Amino acid sequence: MALLEVTNLGIAFGGLQAVSQLDMKIEKGHLYGLIGPNGAGKTTVFNMLTGVYKPTEGDIILDGKNITGKSPEKICKAGIARTFQNIRLFDKLTVLDNVKAGLHNQIEYGAITGVLRLPSYFRKEKAMDERAMELLKIFHLEQEAHLPASSLPYGKQRKLEIARALATNPKLLLLDEPAAGMNPHETEELMETVRFVKEHFKIAILLIEHDMNFVMGICEHITVLDYGRVIASGTGDQVRNNPKVIAAYLGGD
Amino acid sequence: MKKLCDRFTGLNKNTKRDLANYLIVVVAFVIMQIAVSGGFLSNSLQGLLVPICAYVVMAISLTLIVGILGELSLGHGAFMSIGAFSGVLCTIATEQSIPSDGMRLFLGFVVGTVMAALLGLLIGIPVLRLKGDYLAIVTLAFGEIVKNVMNVLYVGMDANGIRAAIDDEAKLNLAEDGQVIISGAMGVASGRKIATFAIGIVLILVSLFVVQNLVRSRTGRAIMAIRDNRIAAQAMGLNVTKYKLIAFTISAALAGAAGVLYGHNYSAFQASKFDYNMSIQILLFVVLGGMSSFRGAMISATILTILPEMLRGMKDYRMLIYAVVLIVIMIFNQSPKMIQWREATLQKLPKIPFLSKDTAKGGK
Repeated sequence: MALLEVTNLGIAFGGLQAVSQLDMKIEKGHLYGLIGPNGAGKTTVFNMLTGVYKPTEGDIILDGKNITGKSPEKICKAGIARTFQNIRLFDKLTVLDNVKAGLHNQIEYGAITGVLRLPSYFRKEKAMDERAMELLKIFHLEQEAHLPASSLPYGKQRKLEIARALATNPKLLLLDEPAAGMNPHETEELMETVRFVKEHFKIAILLIEHDMNFVMGICEHITVLDYGRVIASGTGDQVRNNPKVIAAYLGGD
Repeated sequence: MKKLCDRFTGLNKNTKRDLANYLIVVVAFVIMQIAVSGGFLSNSLQGLLVPICAYVVMAISLTLIVGILGELSLGHGAFMSIGAFSGVLCTIATEQSIPSDGMRLFLGFVVGTVMAALLGLLIGIPVLRLKGDYLAIVTLAFGEIVKNVMNVLYVGMDANGIRAAIDDEAKLNLAEDGQVIISGAMGVASGRKIATFAIGIVLILVSLFVVQNLVRSRTGRAIMAIRDNRIAAQAMGLNVTKYKLIAFTISAALAGAAGVLYGHNYSAFQASKFDYNMSIQILLFVVLGGMSSFRGAMISATILTILPEMLRGMKDYRMLIYAVVLIVIMIFNQSPKMIQWREATLQKLPKIPFLSKDTAKGGK
């Protein structure tokens, strides 16, 4: 059974049908791409998958559980984590604390334990520090661990978002334009990291990206959206040569 | 001593900041005690010691909402009011059964804190769904409601127990030996002045302990994450409503405790004391202190409570000078040019461990 099964998903904002009849299947341990021209509805799909928007039709089944219309918090607990197109870090917290906030539901202790500093406070904080540092090392952020997140350069902020999302121990990771604003060298590096994350954590990844080298380079399966509908899906080569896709990107009759 | 110094420098930066805050409070206490016993303090300043402690606790408590949770509350005086009245009610009502002042005051603190916390929780559930300006307006209205209810509330006690009534003292139907404890707009008329400066300092230390440890814990991290980015916080699986409520309730509880302290410093006080002006004044302490700095809030609460008293000699110009001082502090604290100048001067100074930049800049 597929990890994520989306059937007939759609959402309308008033009279505007932003996404309709979307079907998608995501298998464990694979890398998927979601592409399409600006305004095609890609981020809207992400927002439905993570509960920011409630779909007006269709179902989202994660690991056999129906999560359609659940709150973002519950969906995160069910195993979907995400990054944002316009970076949303906890700006005033340190880099380390950003990841520790991601670990919130992984290592738990109550407010009273925290205020009274009971022994388990120190034990669990230490465990959190260790896990968070491990994640930061993967993204080469360990030097910056104690700086405020807002002081990081742009590329590192994007990486920190991925590290924070991974901290929630997801089964499926959604990356919204992870390479946006990166130079070719940084993009190359990010491709390596994304591959490593997939292998190391054995999770499925679905990403939105405009950088075609990036998408074609790492995604095993690509879905193309235009005007809220799937116009093509398949491997990189299949999609690249599809006349509908070419028309959508370059314009055509 | 050297060993102790080494251990101190080995601690992490945040822990140092927190410890420095406790130290500042203790040092302030010792200095004031020496000043009092040496006779350097005027009577009116001595009378301010306990209120200063109460205001400092209020400032710490509101910093939790404004600076750490990032929401604006304009009705914080209401929680202080609830704490003051329920605490005083408790100490007066138990006068016969518990002879020790200390025990009764302790009980008063427990009751006042719990009452304020319950009210905070109750009001927080519907109100915390709102954000920003809307929350500010609702809390403002809430403060006025509490003030007006307390204005018409009569509570009395006789051999049959405690009774409350609205609007009219006669409705209490007290027996001959009965005693009215809270009498409407007149408030408490026969309060017990059993709060001391030392108790106030202990309360400040306890409040600091609670908020500072909270901020450095998983719960505090969640609260600050929600402040910094609510949408991302939800996406990371944080229960936004729960953590907002925790912050709000703890803050209300501390404000209640401050109220108990305040109420036990006067033989008479009225509900009108805890009005809109009081709430705004406390917000002023927090803003001048730098919004999210507990140390800043404590310092500005102290200065701004003493200032009007020091300026008493100026008569008509008193509030004018007070306002000018506010503006000057605000510029000194927030203007980018001033901050630059301050940092440049600070670097020219020889390094003293306590005053060097990372500890002097106020901790969260």
